[in-house]
Amino acid sequence: MTAVSVAAAKAPARRHLLLVVLAAWVLGWVVLRGRDTLALGGAELTPLHTALGEGMDAVDDSRNSNPFFLYFVNYIRLFIDEAVTFVQALISQPSFGRPVPVLGWLGVTGLAAGIALLYGNRRVALLTAAGFLSFGVLGLWQESMDTLALTLTAVALSLAVGIPLGVWAGLSDRFNRLVTPVLDFMQTMPTFVYLAPLTLFFLIGPASATVATMIYAIPPAIRITAHGIRHVSHETLEAGASLGATAAQSLRHVRLPMAKQTIIVGVNQTIMAALSMATIAALIDAPGLGQTVLKALQTLDVGTAFNAGLAIVIMAVVLDRVTSAASRRVEAERRAGRLRSPRGRRLEVAGVLGVAGVLGYLSYTYVWAAEFPAEANLGSYVRRAADAASVWVQDNLAAYTDAVKNLLTNALLNPFEALLTGSPWWLVAAAAVAVALLVGNVRAAVVTAAGLAALVLLGLWQDSMVTLASTLVATVLVMILGVVAGVWMGRSDRADTVLRPVLDAGQTMPAFVYLVPILGLFGPTRFTAIIAAVVFAAPVAIKLVAEGIRGVSATTVEAATSAGASTWQLISKVQLPMARSAVTLAASQGLIYVLSMVVVGGLVGAGALGYDVVAGFSQHQLRGKGLAAGLAIVVLGIVLDRVMRAATQRADAASHGGAHRTSHRN
Amino acid sequence: MTVPSVARDSRAERSSAADPDHTQAPPVLAVRGLWKVFGPKADSVVGSTLPRAELKARTGCVAAVRDVSFEVRRGEMFVVMGLSGSGKSTLVRCLTRLIEPTAGEILLDGEDVRRADERRLRELRRHRIAMVFQHFGLLPHRCVLDNVAFGLEIRGVAKPDRYARAREVIGLVGLGGFENSYPDQLSGGMQQRVGLARALAADPDVLLFDEPFSALDPLIRREMQNEVIRLHREVGKTMIFITHDLSEALKLGDRILIMRDGELVQVGTPDQVVGAPADDYVRDFVSDVPRSHVLTLRWIMREPQPGDDLDGPVLGPDVVIRDAVRAVLSAERPVRVVDGERLLGVVTSAEILEVIAGEQR
Repeated sequence: MTAVSVAAAKAPARRHLLLVVLAAWVLGWVVLRGRDTLALGGAELTPLHTALGEGMDAVDDSRNSNPFFLYFVNYIRLFIDEAVTFVQALISQPSFGRPVPVLGWLGVTGLAAGIALLYGNRRVALLTAAGFLSFGVLGLWQESMDTLALTLTAVALSLAVGIPLGVWAGLSDRFNRLVTPVLDFMQTMPTFVYLAPLTLFFLIGPASATVATMIYAIPPAIRITAHGIRHVSHETLEAGASLGATAAQSLRHVRLPMAKQTIIVGVNQTIMAALSMATIAALIDAPGLGQTVLKALQTLDVGTAFNAGLAIVIMAVVLDRVTSAASRRVEAERRAGRLRSPRGRRLEVAGVLGVAGVLGYLSYTYVWAAEFPAEANLGSYVRRAADAASVWVQDNLAAYTDAVKNLLTNALLNPFEALLTGSPWWLVAAAAVAVALLVGNVRAAVVTAAGLAALVLLGLWQDSMVTLASTLVATVLVMILGVVAGVWMGRSDRADTVLRPVLDAGQTMPAFVYLVPILGLFGPTRFTAIIAAVVFAAPVAIKLVAEGIRGVSATTVEAATSAGASTWQLISKVQLPMARSAVTLAASQGLIYVLSMVVVGGLVGAGALGYDVVAGFSQHQLRGKGLAAGLAIVVLGIVLDRVMRAATQRADAASHGGAHRTSHRN
Repeated sequence: MTVPSVARDSRAERSSAADPDHTQAPPVLAVRGLWKVFGPKADSVVGSTLPRAELKARTGCVAAVRDVSFEVRRGEMFVVMGLSGSGKSTLVRCLTRLIEPTAGEILLDGEDVRRADERRLRELRRHRIAMVFQHFGLLPHRCVLDNVAFGLEIRGVAKPDRYARAREVIGLVGLGGFENSYPDQLSGGMQQRVGLARALAADPDVLLFDEPFSALDPLIRREMQNEVIRLHREVGKTMIFITHDLSEALKLGDRILIMRDGELVQVGTPDQVVGAPADDYVRDFVSDVPRSHVLTLRWIMREPQPGDDLDGPVLGPDVVIRDAVRAVLSAERPVRVVDGERLLGVVTSAEILEVIAGEQR
């Protein structure tokens, strides 16, 4: 390792070395093209895939004999299934021998608006009523209620588990240390990857969908609760202790009330995560709007997909606004004291619940209030309008979109993919390890070597390389967008006010919804998948870069301006270098987000690992390969994450201690 | 730097109870050989005499409090003064083990606080010692009444009783009428009054103040200092007051403990600290204090010499110089300093002018 450390001692030398590595790789590719590429056809299986498939079959067969299933997993499945079915019986599915659910549209809308009024304010109550009515108007009442039932059940279970664990993690450093890496893993693991293995334990249906949703939705509940509990003012806690409060008293009277608002923010995040996952869970047959979108995507029915996507967005907006308003209300009550007397509040609660009760009774008894009137169903107009718009766009903008598509595909994607897939696997591996060593450290290089070896063993080398190529290209696009928009946003308050709501919407919108317009524009290709990933990942990157630019000390900027720096010099010589660690963080987060969209890409023509996973859902003989592909995505994620982290560390160290000191360490 | 005369008056009134020479009663609080060391293997550092930087370099430990001993008498206003990082806040937290001391003894009415188990410690905190914090430490989700009643609530006092007591102390600190306000609605000074009322509500023997007024602006600070002096006179509690502000220390303290780098440098009455600084550090510290505002005639009187007229006016030895200026300068003959019947010495314009001239340097 001495040669490397000598080279690393000088930063410019390292950059040259990086170029040498890349040049050697390209040279190797020219000479050895097509050799040892480890290609594997779409339906071809390796012995490992067959073995995995057989293993899964064995698990299937032991479902009613293995004690682990009989006494543990099956009970959980039954419990969750019952819970979801019960909520469905209340609001979405015919039940208890009736042709309609217990509560019809009028009752559900009234109850939801009432809750919004009691916990939020009048404005969000109106928004809620309008939102719920629009589900009916779009002709998707039952689907929406199915999604809502699944989401609410998953949220209730997530909070029941997450908040106590979060409180524990907030109180105990040891438990916090224990749980943090687990949560990191749960959050970085691409969601689609665990869908298939889950069905192995909980079967296709509501239980698997709920558990998958919980895996995705619990981490924010735990994290944010722990954060709230942990960051209660130290002095207030000390004041409690100095008055002789026991640990339980200090939790009940000091920590919990003071963390209340933060915990509600956690509830908001949990609901948003649950909703986005509940739609994705359509892949394992979860009922609801996700199903509608999925079917429409598979038949390229842009109108229907748009219609259902719209309903999802409306639901997301309603749930987000109501919980945000609830959280603000806590804060406002705290600041202003109790605005109303307890008696006034009691009257208000009784009144609102009374009205909701009457509406509920009407919807229980009368058909007109139970089934959304068919003549108010305007869904077909929306569908047709969306179809027309899509056709118009395809006809008129095709020239431009095709130009963009072709340019990026031919100039960036194709050469890169050819380089990755056309080189012998050992050459790619050697180059990757060298790059990891140069931009990161020895540990990153070791992880890279182990990860690439795992990809070879999983028998999915070439598919992994295709996915890697798209992922990296998408990440590059994300970073271009991230730096340009992020710098703009960081420097201009006006840009911030304009962009932030758009980015917020982009982050809260469930991933499926992006696909529809993008699919309309670009058709089912690799490129569509890349654009979808960019749309998904860009908001995070932009926000992080903007945060970094804003974090640059105002005095430093002022000093540079007074020294006569132009705007461009200010950006390139002061703000970006000083925000360097934020930029690297944006790159690593962007990469993880892009990777989590790989499977969605598989739905719209990206092929490779994403397709393998999707095929594993639908074709029994391919499920072993699907599982292996899921693992390969996780491996790619771990490798990229480690390399990026090492690079971030290096950048951090360089910006704090100068490049010289840090490079000696490596 | 002026020391308002209200402080002097109150001290003159209190001095008979607080003066070391007049009381034989056992101390309320006695601290012996107290150490607090932060860092790995803290125990092994106890007893070390290494300077701070060297200790940090060798052991990785920081000795925030090293070998501090002092006694506080009943009803006394005891001020601990030091710059930031001198260990004074750590010291006061060690007294009720909000921070666990590393070594030493803390005797509260003869009972070793360090030996108390968790339950006993809670009892002590609930009934015997209460604390007022720099940033108030109020509960933002509770109104003033509930904040003040908090200590009583956690020790299980029934609602009507604790509210009655809370109303009483709220009146005592001058917050009557704000019972149903929330902390956010009050100014800093008023919030600290809530903190004060909360500490008083439990009727503790000892009140600890951790830089209670440093977050307040100067006018409010002066008002609150006078408030504490008034309360001290009215309720007669033993108070231990932490500050980094010398003028505050001189104004409030019956006695002052000066800390530096975790070590005790000097303990004494304000005039002892100003008149006889223990070392250069303290001397430097008090060099800006107008000596005539702090020192008493005891510090400047001289032996009567042959030829002095010994039939001049009479003053006590604890009269502050500033208050004696007019009397001494207008007297034709030397002023006699008398304790009861005994003649201690005489003071003439020469001594007075020397002190005042010294301040003009």
